[in-house]
Amino acid sequence: MCGLCGVLGGEGDWTDRAATPLPSARTRRVERLERARIANLVLAQFGLELSDWQGAKYQLASRTGRTEIVDNLAQLWQAAERILGRTCDPLDPALIARMERLAPTD
Amino acid sequence: MSVAEATTAIPVNVITGFLGSGKTTLLQRLLASPALADTAVLVNEFGEVGLDHHLLRRLDSEIVLLQSGCLCCTIRGDLSAAMRDLYSRRERGQVPAFRRLAVETTGLADPVPILSTVMAEPVLRHHFRLGNVVTTVDAVNGLMQLERHEESAKQAAVADRIVITKTDIADDRDLAELRRRLARLNPAAAQLQTAPGAALDPDLILARDLYDLDGRAEEVRRWLKVESEHAPTAAAKHHHPDVNRHDASIHAFCLRFDRPLDWTAFGIWLTMLLQAHGTDILRVKAMLNVTGSPGPVVVHGVQHLVHPPDHLPQWPDDDHSSRIVFIVRGLSREAIERSLAAFARLGAPVAQAV
Repeated sequence: MCGLCGVLGGEGDWTDRAATPLPSARTRRVERLERARIANLVLAQFGLELSDWQGAKYQLASRTGRTEIVDNLAQLWQAAERILGRTCDPLDPALIARMERLAPTD
Repeated sequence: MSVAEATTAIPVNVITGFLGSGKTTLLQRLLASPALADTAVLVNEFGEVGLDHHLLRRLDSEIVLLQSGCLCCTIRGDLSAAMRDLYSRRERGQVPAFRRLAVETTGLADPVPILSTVMAEPVLRHHFRLGNVVTTVDAVNGLMQLERHEESAKQAAVADRIVITKTDIADDRDLAELRRRLARLNPAAAQLQTAPGAALDPDLILARDLYDLDGRAEEVRRWLKVESEHAPTAAAKHHHPDVNRHDASIHAFCLRFDRPLDWTAFGIWLTMLLQAHGTDILRVKAMLNVTGSPGPVVVHGVQHLVHPPDHLPQWPDDDHSSRIVFIVRGLSREAIERSLAAFARLGAPVAQAV
C-alpha cells in the first residue's frame, strides 16, 4: 500500500509482465512509459489521454476533464468505455485506417 | 502468478460435455488410473443426479456437491466457495493433499464462467491453475448437438482435449463427419476416441499441458499444426456462416507475423480487442517472437481472461515467426489480422535496452 495516499497495489495484470524473462527495475519503468506512449497514440483517436500516476497506476482523462484512475490495460479499456459511453473497438475499419496512417508500413 | 508458481499450483481439469455425452463415465475411468488417485473431484448435482453421486461415492471425503442448477453465475459462486473450502480443508489436513482437481460441469453449462472462476478469482488463482479442459462429445448425437445447442459448440471450442465417446455404436461416416466438424471448430484440441473397454491415456487427457515440462513442446506443436492444416482457402475466406447453426459461426484461424512483435503494443491491442469482443473470442493461443526476448513468449486466454505469459527458453524449431491461433464466433479473420498489424507498428522500432 502507498503510505501517502493509502492506495492498495492492484492485482497484477498479464500485460504488466515484461517482454523479457528477468526484467530489471529500469526495464519495468521504461516499459511503463512505453505503455502510456503507445496507449496514447490509440486513445488520442477517442479524445482521451493517459498519464502515469505515482509510478503505480495510470490516470485516464477526457478533454472535458473526466478522469479515472486505472491499474492496468484491461481496466483502461473498461474506463474508456465508461467515459465515452461506447466501446473502443480495434476492429473498427475507420480506426484501423487511422492507425495505419499513424505508422505506415516501410 | 509466476511460471514457477504456476508449476506448483494445483491443476484444475474442467470436464465438460453435453447431456448424456459420457462425462461421468470418462471421469470414472480416468480416476480408476493409479496415476490420478490423488485427484479431488467436484461435481454438480444438476442433471445426472443420483448417478454422479453413486459413481463417485468412493471419493466421498473429497466430493463437494455443487448445490445449484446450471445458471452460470450461480455455479461460479458455488464453485469458488467449494474450491476455497476444499483448499482450506486440504491445508488443515482434513482431506488428503490432493494434487489435482477435476470439476465436472453440467451438460447444459457454458464452461467459460467455470474457467474464469479458476483463472481470475483473487484467492483461487494463487493456489490453483487451469489445466486441460476436456470435452466429451457423443459420436451418435454429437453432430446434432453441435448444430442445435450453442452450449455444445462452445464446450467443444474451449477444449484442450476432445474425447469422442460411444464410438462403438456410431456409424463410421457420421464419426468421420463429426471429427471433421470438431477439427474445424477447434483444430488446436487433440481428438481422442473412446468406447467401452478401449484403452484411455489419462496422462495425455489430463496431465500433459503447457505447464508440464515434458508435455509443453508437444502441446505448443499441436497448436501450431492449426496453421498448416487450416490455411485459409479462397472458399473459406468468402465463407458466410449459417447463423442458425451454432457450430457454423465458430471458426478457428492462425495468424502469422514474420517480424518480431512489440510486447507493449501487442498487450494494448489484445486488451482492447478482448474488452470489445471478448465474448466472441473463445480462445486465443499464441507463440510470439517478442522484440528483446530471447525465446518465444506463450500467451493463452479464454474470452476476457488471459493467463500470465510464459517465456519459453527456446523455440521448438527453426521457424521463429509469431503465430496466433484464434477460435472466434462470427469475427472476421481479415479485420483481426489487419488491426493487429496496424497496432503492432505503433511499437518502438528497435529493441528496448535491458
